[in-house]
Amino acid sequence: MRVMVIVKATENSEAGVMPSEQLLADMGKFNEELVKAGVMLAGDGLHPSSKGKRVRFAGGKKTVIDGPFAETKELIAGFWIWQVKSMEEAVEWVRRCPDPMPGEESEIEIRPVFEAEDFGEEFTPELRAQEERLRAEIERQHES
Amino acid sequence: MPSAATHETIETVWRMESARLIGGLVRMVRDVGLAEDLAQEALVAALERWPSTGVPDNPGAWLMATAKNRAIDALRRRRMRERKHEKLAGEAPVADSSTVHDVEAALDDDVGDDLLRLVLIACHPVLSTEARVALTLRLLGGLATDEIARAFLVPVSTIQQRIVRAKRTLAEARVPFEVPRGEDLARRLPSVLEVLYLVFNEGYAATRGEDWIRPQLCEDAMRLGRILSELLPEEAEVHGLLALMELQASRTRARLGPDGAPILLLDQDRGRWDQLLIRRGLAALERAESLAHPLGPYTLQAAIAACHARARTPDATDWPRIVALYDALAELTGSPVVELNRAVAVAMAFGPAQGLELVDELLDEPALRDYHLLPSARADLLLKLGRTAEARAELERAAELATNERERALLLEKAKECG
Repeated sequence: MRVMVIVKATENSEAGVMPSEQLLADMGKFNEELVKAGVMLAGDGLHPSSKGKRVRFAGGKKTVIDGPFAETKELIAGFWIWQVKSMEEAVEWVRRCPDPMPGEESEIEIRPVFEAEDFGEEFTPELRAQEERLRAEIERQHES
Repeated sequence: MPSAATHETIETVWRMESARLIGGLVRMVRDVGLAEDLAQEALVAALERWPSTGVPDNPGAWLMATAKNRAIDALRRRRMRERKHEKLAGEAPVADSSTVHDVEAALDDDVGDDLLRLVLIACHPVLSTEARVALTLRLLGGLATDEIARAFLVPVSTIQQRIVRAKRTLAEARVPFEVPRGEDLARRLPSVLEVLYLVFNEGYAATRGEDWIRPQLCEDAMRLGRILSELLPEEAEVHGLLALMELQASRTRARLGPDGAPILLLDQDRGRWDQLLIRRGLAALERAESLAHPLGPYTLQAAIAACHARARTPDATDWPRIVALYDALAELTGSPVVELNRAVAVAMAFGPAQGLELVDELLDEPALRDYHLLPSARADLLLKLGRTAEARAELERAAELATNERERALLLEKAKECG
C-alpha cells in the first residue's frame, strides 16, 4: 500500500526558520534508511504558507487567496510518499523519524492513498449491470 | 512509562527487521535454517517482553542482541560437540573464545553485505526456481509461509516442503557464504533477477476479485528490486529490472476494463497511468543505460516500456525506436516471442505488409506452434490489409489456443465482427 506521510507546520516552519545542520544530517540519514528499505517513493519539504496561495470554491465562484494562512497546526511543512506493507509499518517508520521540529510540539500524519482496489466495488459487473439498468429506466422515463 | 506494544506492532517490527536479522545470523552461524530459528526465538522473546515494556527505541538492535546471545550459545554447544569428536580423533582443540570473538567481530560488519549474502543464498542456482521464489519471499520479503501459499495458489504444505528442502539442499551443497565480487557476482545475478521478475509477473497476472495478496506480489517484487538497487548500485541490469517493473506497474490501473477484461496497451486511458511510477521507472532506466555497454535484456525491455510511457498518445509512440530495441533484444535472447513482438512493432512503424512478412516467417517456429498470440497478431495485420476472411480464420484459431476464458471470448467476438 501507499501512504502519504505529512509533516505538519509549526510557528518556526511558518516563519521560514531553516532546519539546523544537525537536523538536516539526521533527516538525511533517515531518508537513506527509507530508500535502502525500498519504502521511499517520493518526498519534499514545502515553503511556508506565506509563499502559497489558495483558490476557494464557493457557490460556483472561485476566489484566489494569498498566504500566509492562519491555522498553523493544520498546515503542511513537508511530505513523503511511501510504499509499506501496512499502516502499522508506516507508524513504525514514523517512530524512527528524527523530531522534525525540535523545540516545538509538532505532528506527523499518515494517510493511506486510494488504490485501484478501493474503487473495485464500483466496477464489479453486478453493480455495473445495475447501473446500466438504471440508466435504461431513466431513458425510458424521458421517452414517456 | 512506555505504552504497551500490541502483538500486531511486534509482528510489524519483526517483518521490518527480519531480513537484516537473519542476514546477520547467517554470517555468524553459516546455516540458513539455524539462522531463521534463532531469529524466530528473538521474535518469541520480543512477544514475551514488549507487551509490558513497550517497543524499545532501537528494536532492530534489541532483536539482534537477543538472537546473538542465542547464537553464541548454539555455537558453544556445537563447539563442545566438535571438541568431543576431536578428542576422540586425537586432534588439537580450537579455543572457545575465538569463536565468540569471531561472532562479535562479524556483528560489526556491513549490514548491506548481510542482506546481499542472504539474497544470493536464497536465489542460489543450486535451488529450483520455485524454491528460490519461496525462500526469497520468506527470508527477504518477510512473508509467512501461508501468505506465500495463498499468493501462489498452492497448499501451505507445498511451500513448507519447498522451504525445508531448499534449506537442506543449501546445507548439503555446502554453498559458500562469502559474498562474490566482480565477475563472480555478475554470474549470480541472473538467478536473482529472474526470481524478482517472476514474483512481479505472478502479481501482475492476478485478476480483480482474487485474494488481495496476489496483486500485492508486484509491490513485494518492486520493493525487493529497490533494496537490491541500493545494495548493487553499479549493476546495470538491477536498475533495468527495477525500471521495467515500475514502468509496467504504472499501467496497473488502466489495463483492466470495468468488466475485468484486459485492455490493450494502445487502447488504455493514459490519464490513468501512474506518473509517480513512470518517473521512477524512467530514472532507473537512465541509470541502467548509463552503466550498461551494451544494454542487457531487462534494460532493453524497460527501454521499450519507456517508449510507451513517454508517449502522451498512442500516435506519438516512437515505433522505429521500439523496432531497434527489439532488434537488440532478439539478437540477445534469440526468443521467437521477442521476434513476434518485433514483427508487430515493424508493422506499427513501417506498415502492416512488412509486419506480416515477418510474422509469416515465424509460422514454422515450433516454440510458437501453440501460442495463441501468433494467429491473433497475424489476424490483426490481415484485418489492416483488408483480408477479412483470412483474419477471421486466424482469430478462430487463436481462440482455440487461448487458455484464458475471457481472452477466448474476446477473440471469438472479434472473429464474429469480421462477418
